[in-house]
Order: sequence, then C-alpha cells, then structure tokens
Amino acid sequence: MRATGGRLVAVNATGCLEVFSTPSPESSWRVAWLHSLFANAPAVATGVAAAMKVKGHADVRVVAQAGDGGTVDIGFGCLSGMFERNDDVLFICYDNEAYMNTGVQRSGATPPAARTATTEAVGPEPGNVFGQGKNLPRIAMAHEIPYVATATVADLHDLEDKVQRAMEFRGARYLHILVPCPLGWGLDSKDTIRVARLAKETGLFPVFEAEHGQIRTVSHIRHQVPVEEYLSIQRRYAHLFREQPNKAVIARIQAIADRNIARYGLAPIPPHEDVSQGVNA
Amino acid sequence: MKDLPFAITLDVGSSRANRTGSWRVERPVYVDRLPPCTDACPAGEEVQQWLYRAETGDYRGAWERLIEINPFPAVMGRICYHPCETVCNRAQLDEAVGINGIERFLGDLALEQGWPLPSAHGDSGKRVLVVGAGPAGLSASYQLRRLGHHVGLVDSAPKLGGMMRYGIPAYRLPRPVLDAEIARIIDLGIDVDLGHAVLDVELERRVGHFDAVFVAIGAQLARRVEIPAGDSARVLDAITLLHRVNNDDPPLLGRRVAVYGGGDTALDAARTVRRLGATDAVIVYRRNRERMPAHGDELEQALGEGVTMRWLSSVTRFDPDHLVLEKMHLNEAGFPEPTGEFEALDVDSLILALGQETDLSLLESARDIQVEEGVIEVTPTLMTGEPGVFAGGDAVSEQRTATVAIGHGRRAARGIDAFLSGREPASPASREIASFEHLNTWYYADAPRQTRPELERARRASTFDEVVGAFAQTNALFEARRCLSCGNCFECDNCFGVCPDNAVIKLGPSQRYEIDYDFCKGCGMCVQECPCGAIEMIPEQI
Repeated sequence: MRATGGRLVAVNATGCLEVFSTPSPESSWRVAWLHSLFANAPAVATGVAAAMKVKGHADVRVVAQAGDGGTVDIGFGCLSGMFERNDDVLFICYDNEAYMNTGVQRSGATPPAARTATTEAVGPEPGNVFGQGKNLPRIAMAHEIPYVATATVADLHDLEDKVQRAMEFRGARYLHILVPCPLGWGLDSKDTIRVARLAKETGLFPVFEAEHGQIRTVSHIRHQVPVEEYLSIQRRYAHLFREQPNKAVIARIQAIADRNIARYGLAPIPPHEDVSQGVNA
Repeated sequence: MKDLPFAITLDVGSSRANRTGSWRVERPVYVDRLPPCTDACPAGEEVQQWLYRAETGDYRGAWERLIEINPFPAVMGRICYHPCETVCNRAQLDEAVGINGIERFLGDLALEQGWPLPSAHGDSGKRVLVVGAGPAGLSASYQLRRLGHHVGLVDSAPKLGGMMRYGIPAYRLPRPVLDAEIARIIDLGIDVDLGHAVLDVELERRVGHFDAVFVAIGAQLARRVEIPAGDSARVLDAITLLHRVNNDDPPLLGRRVAVYGGGDTALDAARTVRRLGATDAVIVYRRNRERMPAHGDELEQALGEGVTMRWLSSVTRFDPDHLVLEKMHLNEAGFPEPTGEFEALDVDSLILALGQETDLSLLESARDIQVEEGVIEVTPTLMTGEPGVFAGGDAVSEQRTATVAIGHGRRAARGIDAFLSGREPASPASREIASFEHLNTWYYADAPRQTRPELERARRASTFDEVVGAFAQTNALFEARRCLSCGNCFECDNCFGVCPDNAVIKLGPSQRYEIDYDFCKGCGMCVQECPCGAIEMIPEQI
C-alpha cells in the first residue's frame, strides 16, 4: 500500500488469506477489495485494470493475490492469459505449498516427499511424488513479463523492496512469496520465520528477481546448511527421520537444492577482505 | 443478519472485532536481561548501555553514561584486563567486541574535548576521610563528592594515583593521561593531603572530625622468600623496581636480569628491565604457561619484546654471577614439586615478583576490625567490623587489579552514603543473564574485530612509549556497532515486522514497543526472532 500511496484496488482469489482477513461481514482490508471466484482472480484483475484505464485513473494500481492452489492449479489458465496479454496487474502468490485451510491437500506447488492429507506417508515412496511440480516463477519468466520476483517472510525488507520495485513497472508482474503454514507443515508457530529462512539458506527456495525473462539479482545464501536442517523441524517430513533416516530421499531433496544453487548462482559470497566500508555506511 | 437486498455491496465491519488475544496461553513480555559484559565488569560498568550510545555516534552520551560508574575511562581503556571481552557473546559468533579499545577512545576524546565530570550534588555536611589515593580511593572520592559529601583524601606518596602511578609502567599508561583523569576528579573539590602517612585510623578520624573512613591503602609490601645470596648478589623486589623507575630513579641491574614470579607484575618488571637496557630478561616461574596467573595479552607482548621464559623452575640460591635453578614438575593437583635436578642461569641481578601484602598497622587501634590472613574482613558494602570504617581495593581483594579497586571505591561510596544517612544500603535487583542461547544471531552482520595498532617491536625495547595504539574514530564506531546489545532492546523493529497479528505497537524512537494483548495470539514469533533476547514468553494465568 505504501508503494502505491494507498491508490490501490485488491482482487483476491479464494484462500486462507480471505478466511482470516475477511470473515464476512468483517474485513481488515482498508482499500477497495474484490472477491469473485477461486479460479478467476487474474481475469477479474485484468478487468479492474481495464476499467481504471477507461476511467482515466492511471495512478490507481491493481494487485491480485492468491494462495499457491489458486495460482498454480485453479487460477493457472487465467493467470497465464493475464501474463500473455501483459495486463497491468501485480499478481502475488502466497505459497504455503498445499491447500491448507481446507485440510492440507496437495497442490501443484507441494514439494516432493511432503506429507499432506492426499499424499500420505505410506508405501514405498511416502509423501508427495518426485516430479516436476509447477515452478510458477519460472513459468512466469517464460512469459517474459516485465518483472518476476520471489521472496520469503523471513526477509521483510527484501519483500518491501520487491513490491516497491514491482510498482515501478507497468504490465504484468508476478511476486511469489514463501509463507510457511505452521499447521500444514507441522511446525511450532514461533518457528515460522526460521523455517522460511532455512528454505532460502538450504537453496530449496531460490530468492531472486527477473526482468523480461532474465534473472537480474539473486539473494545469495549466507550460511549454507544441509536440507536435513530444514526438513527435520517439519512434521510433514517426519517420515524421513524415523529410526533410520531415509537417506536416499533426503539425498534427492539435497540434489534439488544443489541444482537450484548451481542454476541461480546462490552460493555464498566469500567474506570480503575489508568489510568496514559496508557496515559503516 | 441485517435485512438487505440480495447481491448488494455490504458495509463492512472491521475485523478488529475478532479479539484473537483470547486464544493465547502464553504471553510475550519485554525484558531487560543482564548482558554478560556488564555482569563481568569488576568496576560495575554498564558496558552495553554506553556502547549503545556510542553506536549512534553519540560519544558524549556514551562517555557520560560510562563515567557515572567509572571516572577513569582513558586509564581503564589502557590497563584493564577486560573480563567483559572474555565473556562477550559475540566471541561465539566471530570475535569479542573490542570494548576496551572503545572505552579508551571515549576516554581520550573526553580529555581532548575537555568534557567535565558532573559536579557535586548539594552539600550533605558530612565529612569522609579516604586513606590512599590509588584507584579505589580516587573512585570513592569521586562518588562521595558527587553525593555531596566533603572528602579528605590522604596518601603517603608525593603524587596521586597509587599503583596506577607507581606500579604500572608508562608504556602501558602514559602519565599525562593518568594526570588528566585524576585532575578532573580533584577539581570537583576534594581536599588532598599528600606525603601524609596515616599511622592510626581511629586517631585521624577523631582529630579530623570525620564521620566515616575509607581505607584503600593497597598492597605495597613485596612478599619475600628466603633465597640464600652472596653479599655481592643484587636482589630487588618488583614493586621497588617499578616504583623507582616511575620516580625517574632506575636502579642499576646489569645486562642479564632474572625475574622470579608468574603474575602481571613479573611481566611488567621484565618488560621494564628490557627498556632499561638489559639484553637478557628472563622470567623464572615454577609452573607452566597454562597455570600462569598473568594475563595472556601481556605475556604475548612481553615475548614479542624479547623477554624469555624459564618454565617449571624455582630459584634455589643466588651464587656469584649465576642463579641456581631447580627444575620442577607439576603433580596431579597442578602443584609444582622439586625434581632434584639443578641448572645454572647466568644473571647479574634478580627481581622478586612473588606477590604483595598490605601494611595494616594503621588499623591496630580499631579493635573491631577483623583481619584474616592479611586481608581485612568486610561486609558486602565493604564496611569493616568498626561502624563507619570501610575498606576496599587491594587491601581486601584477592583479585588485585585497578578495575576491581574502582568497583570497590564506588561500592564503598554507596555504603558510606547509606551509613551516613542511616539508610539500609540498596541491593541491586538480580537479573537473568542474556546468554548466547537467548540470541538470534542471524540478524547480525558478519563483522570481524578491528585491531589496534601496536608500536613496532624494535622501538619497544628501548623506550617507554605507549605500546598499544588507539582506535581511530571510524574503527571505534565500527567496533561499537559490533555490539549485539545482548538482552536489551535496540529497536530493530523485528518484533513489529514479524507479528502476524499486528499486535506489536511502536511507541516511537527510544520508547521501544508495547504489545496489544487484545490481539496477540501468543505465537512466540517475536521472541524467536528477537535478535538480542529482549522478549520472553511467560505462561498466562488461566
């Protein structure tokens, strides 16, 4: 809201964001806010943007938001269309890696081996399957829209900067935020930020910015840690850490992290010889 | 439900109606935990508090906070063995904050700028006699004067400073710095009587109409051991050596000098001897390096200046031209035992640095004062068995450092103030220590410690110039900013940012935060993400 000076219309897809922010007839949104359906938030936002253009409100910006289910599965067609038409909307995905408020069902963003209500920890390959999933930041980049960025709730300054940056562009923009769900991931609430930080520090969740399909900046890992440290504090991965840790599966997840580190260049920057300048500045 | 037409935009109510605070079973509470540096400071300095001010570049504010407790920052920034740095939580992250160097920077800046000490607060009409003008006596005089008492400070020496002047060599503490910090205290209006040896405390108290006395006479007598030595053998104790050098009257010692002992005084003596022109300065010590009581930094500097060590050796006798040493070995309890093996060490003179004792003859007339093994017995406020007579510094302490003495001076001043007004002395509330486990160090930038320049070794062996240099302003600021502010909120806004319920309310600069318990669910995220451990969870009373 600060990035737009309060001149903002928000469009929301169905999701837990609505459950806690707008339990009818109450709302915590103190801006113009629309809900339509689960699947059509990007299309509604397109319409709002078009209406603002027709009415000459060039300063009013449009934000659409959804969870990972509404983004990568149910609203995907509308979103891809919005990207393809380069409509002037910032679309924000709050990714908690499953359909959480309906009872933790798997989504296209659920990571491999994670237990959900629909991918139980049973059988020879417990939890969610190892597949490609849907990596929406990469799909958005493939549309070559002006701006794509990822962020986590562990670095709020970075998140603020990226929203600010997104508002400097016109056209379709996409911001993908990792938001751990304490209940669905099997975490103590207090560890929410910590686990988001570990997602970045393991390399499992790359934090970066891209413009017109090209990576522009990446947030380097500061203190790299093995994926065990991230997985073992979440009960959705508890089946990997029974009497015998499931080393084979953990190694496959580590391979995903390693591939991200190589692909995005996330490796830690070696400490600079003279750091006094940076800190004093 | 309101009776409204179908499919119309509703007037929305605020979701603030949903008071999520009722879900809570634990509540976060802001606390000020005790930082380890502050806990460890023998002078009682609130280290983190003054560092916090220095971090913002408010050096005056930092210095003012510092001298509330300790009027000698420029001196302490040079000679203190900084136990604060030993316990600094940052040492577990990279390296301890260079607190001592920042203290010196602030102390020097204050002298350069001429910042005055706070003046006396009113006039109590009470008179206090302070015997001994070393760090304990001067610290007590400063605090007593500020509390409005009349202070008479006496010392048998011709100059003020005690062991800071007569014990500590000038290469560690340049005299202009010492003189300036002492003068600032005396300028508060303290009656000074030098060259005055107090022989009987009770008599002095009566004659001078003093309401209370602080005995801070130090430990000036060198402990001796019987070492058979020929007539021509040159044997001297370290205290006398240092005293004479500091009085510009250095003794003639020859080219090869042995120093017997393993404390800081032994190192001071050996380093002084090198500067007086000795080619060989050998420290003979009965135990090994691990068991040496001297501080590590001092030993490193001495070795760097060409001082050599004879570990596990005791001096048996001093024959003409050489010492006879017996080799020792440590038994299981770590005590040195003789081995019956002897060796010779060619030396011209021997310095004994075997510890010091206090001359307590001035207390003989005060029968209620108890003395146990040469140490005066005192209460926690440092009062002796005689009402109104307090004692501190080396005369009552096992840890004989200037820092401990300064702490004693302040403690005694508070005890004396309470005694004079008939109050019970206030005992500070104990606080939980902010240990490393309380911190979330993710939020601190990686920043290695700055080092202070040192005088080149080649120049050290010949001059009494100061060895350790000062921080420049930028280094001092960088170093201050490395402070983790353990246990004390520094308003980083993390709690405000991470709270999922917007239940943390910002109260404005330096006002910190408040928690809105109507909406705080007690998730504990603020506690977990607080970098400095300044929030704790406590169970709700249900």
